[in-house]
Amino acid sequence: MCGTCGCGEDGVRVTEFGHGHGHVVDIEEDILGANDALADANRRALAEQGVLAVNLMSSPGSGKTTLLVRTLTDVGAELGMTVVEGDQETLLDAERIGATGARVVQVNTGAGCHLDATMLARAMAALAPPRGSVMVVENVGNLVCPALFDLGEAARVVVMSVTEGADKPLKYPHMFRTADLVLLNKIDLLPYVDFDVTNCVEAVRRVRPGADVLEVSATRGDGLDGWYDWLRAARTG
Amino acid sequence: MHELSITQSVVDAVTGRMGDARICRVRLEIGKLSGLVPDAVRFCFEMVATGPTCEGALVEIDEPCGHARCRTCGTAFDTDDILPLCECGSADIAVEGGRELRIREVELA
Repeated sequence: MCGTCGCGEDGVRVTEFGHGHGHVVDIEEDILGANDALADANRRALAEQGVLAVNLMSSPGSGKTTLLVRTLTDVGAELGMTVVEGDQETLLDAERIGATGARVVQVNTGAGCHLDATMLARAMAALAPPRGSVMVVENVGNLVCPALFDLGEAARVVVMSVTEGADKPLKYPHMFRTADLVLLNKIDLLPYVDFDVTNCVEAVRRVRPGADVLEVSATRGDGLDGWYDWLRAARTG
Repeated sequence: MHELSITQSVVDAVTGRMGDARICRVRLEIGKLSGLVPDAVRFCFEMVATGPTCEGALVEIDEPCGHARCRTCGTAFDTDDILPLCECGSADIAVEGGRELRIREVELA
């Protein structure tokens, strides 16, 4: 065993270099290992409670909160929905969600650009989602950083809107390649924007073969029955 | 800028593991398809590698590329592209490797 640091125990291999100085310790640990371990703990706790956790991600302004408000109004009571809101600052989104009567916890990340498993663990402790319910985690609006952080969710849903480019899935592949469902929002605006739905769906499938894509309008209600059916099916697993 | 929090977690992991030992170098493996930008990690490392055990430590980063195999024509090739195309024109590609995110080793002073 190394007298300096104690390495050599617990399977750690020590390789001595040179003349007794500058020795190298093999670590071989996942960089995201600490987060992933916490995410696994969250996932186990949620599974024991029969809670379906959905990680809802998108760029800012795609309509995540509007979609959630509409979803809570329509099926929130049926699915026993609770919400974790992630934003850098303010309680604005939690206030919008809370106005529907749903229970919500706001996580403010400050300078942080994504939620991580530690933040979700704290939010879950405060929220205590009921057994058999659906807990939606609205991540910080960002198509890059949240993709790398497992929270312990059962499913990942990515929202994109027709006011963004149809090529977004190709430009932000890390986000889309782990999506279980893509919601294409704001389709009520299709007559006014240059957006090719077919190209967008092809782009999603290229990054994530087999991903479901649902066309919806959170403001007008188009396609939301498909989203609600998806939630019901995911809850019963 | 997820690299800042990730680099902080790297420093926390190695300092936690090495106790009071003085760390002079950390070697990481960041695959070219991993979604982490090595230059950003280097930049952040200088900022977060502070404190008595890791102040001034260097970071070295191995950057393995991905290995791809075309499901259409069978050609195997290396790639840095998360959505590679085969020379035969096919986009039906199986990609292995390139997503590594590991702390490989630390060197103690």
